[in-house]
Amino acid sequence: MSAQPSTATRRPNRFARVPLLVWAFLLVPLVVELFWVFWPAANSFSLALTRWDGIGLAEPVGLQNFRDLAADPIFLTALQNNVIWVLGFGGLSVVGGLALAVTLNKPGPMVSIYRSAIYLPMVVSLAVSGLFWRVMYAPDGPINGTLGLLGLEHLERQWLADPTVALWAVLIAAVWRQVGYIMVLYLAGLKGTDGSLEEAAAVDGANAWQRFWRIVMPQLRGVNMVVFAVTVIDSLRTFDIVWAMTRGGPYNETQLLSTYMFQQAFTTGNLGYASAIAVVIFALAIGFIITYLARQARTED
Amino acid sequence: MSALAPPAAGAPAAVRDRPAPRLRRPKPARSPWLHVAMVPVTLLWLSPIVFVLFVAIRSYDDIAGRGLGAFPASFSLDGFATALTEGGVLRSLGNSVLVTVCAVVASLALSSFAAYALSRFDIPFRRTILLTMLAGNLLPPQILLVPVSSITEAIGIGDTLTALVVVQVGFGIGFYTFVLHGFMRSLPNEVFEAARLDGAGPGGIFWRIVLPLSRPSLAALAALATTWIFNDLIWAMTVLRTEAKFPITAALLNLQGGFASAWNVVAAGALIAAVPTAIVFFLFQKQFVSGLLVGANK
Repeated sequence: MSAQPSTATRRPNRFARVPLLVWAFLLVPLVVELFWVFWPAANSFSLALTRWDGIGLAEPVGLQNFRDLAADPIFLTALQNNVIWVLGFGGLSVVGGLALAVTLNKPGPMVSIYRSAIYLPMVVSLAVSGLFWRVMYAPDGPINGTLGLLGLEHLERQWLADPTVALWAVLIAAVWRQVGYIMVLYLAGLKGTDGSLEEAAAVDGANAWQRFWRIVMPQLRGVNMVVFAVTVIDSLRTFDIVWAMTRGGPYNETQLLSTYMFQQAFTTGNLGYASAIAVVIFALAIGFIITYLARQARTED
Repeated sequence: MSALAPPAAGAPAAVRDRPAPRLRRPKPARSPWLHVAMVPVTLLWLSPIVFVLFVAIRSYDDIAGRGLGAFPASFSLDGFATALTEGGVLRSLGNSVLVTVCAVVASLALSSFAAYALSRFDIPFRRTILLTMLAGNLLPPQILLVPVSSITEAIGIGDTLTALVVVQVGFGIGFYTFVLHGFMRSLPNEVFEAARLDGAGPGGIFWRIVLPLSRPSLAALAALATTWIFNDLIWAMTVLRTEAKFPITAALLNLQGGFASAWNVVAAGALIAAVPTAIVFFLFQKQFVSGLLVGANK
């Protein structure tokens, strides 16, 4: 790692060997991040132990916010929805992205058109994706229209206003946008796999399914880890698309932890309670953040 | 570019080093089934974009009369015109572009400083610093929202675009630094030795050697950061109150409230919002894809 000239007179102090300008190069960005990320994050933890409307003084209440959360039916719905979200959104985008990557892992002009089409939604913001899908799900929109054409009128419904399907309707929209990202990650992973191993297995009589699970998948272990961590972290952060499509409604049926937190903070003004929800989100995410960091740390060696 | 999109680390070295069995690689089968499967999937994937386009170019009466799902029987750019003027999409697009340009430039400048210091100098605890910075970017933004909102108020930049830029820079820096560090570390030592013999100081080396050589990774990060910052909603909603200052994402959600039944206006606004990032995507597709891989596929 050292581009450092091996100075003839080796000074004992490591600090002294780094020029002042370089210290400034490091410290300015570091201070910006400390001030705008780590300092606010630390504040959230202390705010979570208070009741605060943002105007007066924060009143310390100990763990009362967390006790209230445990008895708050909307919070419990949001928590449950978030679990569904991690499994459904994560599962569908990983399965879809992996399947598409395996299918499209070959050269060809048509193949690159397919690939571009699949990851095109990535450039559309989550908020705008939400609007796109509001059009799709509108009562007189294309989805109900297509169902009508196919003679499946009984399946038509008010997708975003029907509490039983609204969460899944939003989830599908989010998957539509995520699959391309996962596909790109797996395509890169597949590029790094050894094709000759697969050929050897084919010669030995392994079918495509066996070759995939026994030969290709083990080689994708590194990518799988990253995809897993990224997906869970993304799922816990999800806010924009739900906010754009339903704002957590109808009757809080599509509320996720992030949307409920935002609502409590900026609509209702319960800043202490909102911070407590944020701390829960953090607690759920931290394990996966560490997993991801540990992996990055290993590659830094 | 190679440092940006390295081969997957998944394949164990032992496996890779084993001599390949003497087999002819089979020619890729020209099977029609691939296309039979992928053409419908592709069309299905593009259908939301296509339908929004259909809605945007239809007239209000056509939509009201025949429903959102119908194919266009009219052509009208009223939706675009209304969205841009009355809907304030033009103004909010300007806000978005301003915030994005400032935030991307500032983030990449600051993180290339930090990456240079961490990758080429013997900074104590450099690895810890680097990973801490990356960790900051991985935190769920929710844990920052309430304090960030009150900090911007407290230092007098509440409800300004400056606040939005500063927050975006602070939150993004960790990731960009991590990626640039990986790249700068891989630059050959000889270049630095040569420059040092020519009498260049640390600042000169950064400016004349490191920045030009890092152009590929800076381009990839710029493409990625542009879409992230332009597409952001949650930070904008956290620090901004006045509608006139909203970037396009937040403005569109208001548009949806104000023009609830005028779907052609909402659809036109949504398409306009997608255009700038789509341009970045098509112009810099290679950089964009390698940008997606950075950090994720090491």
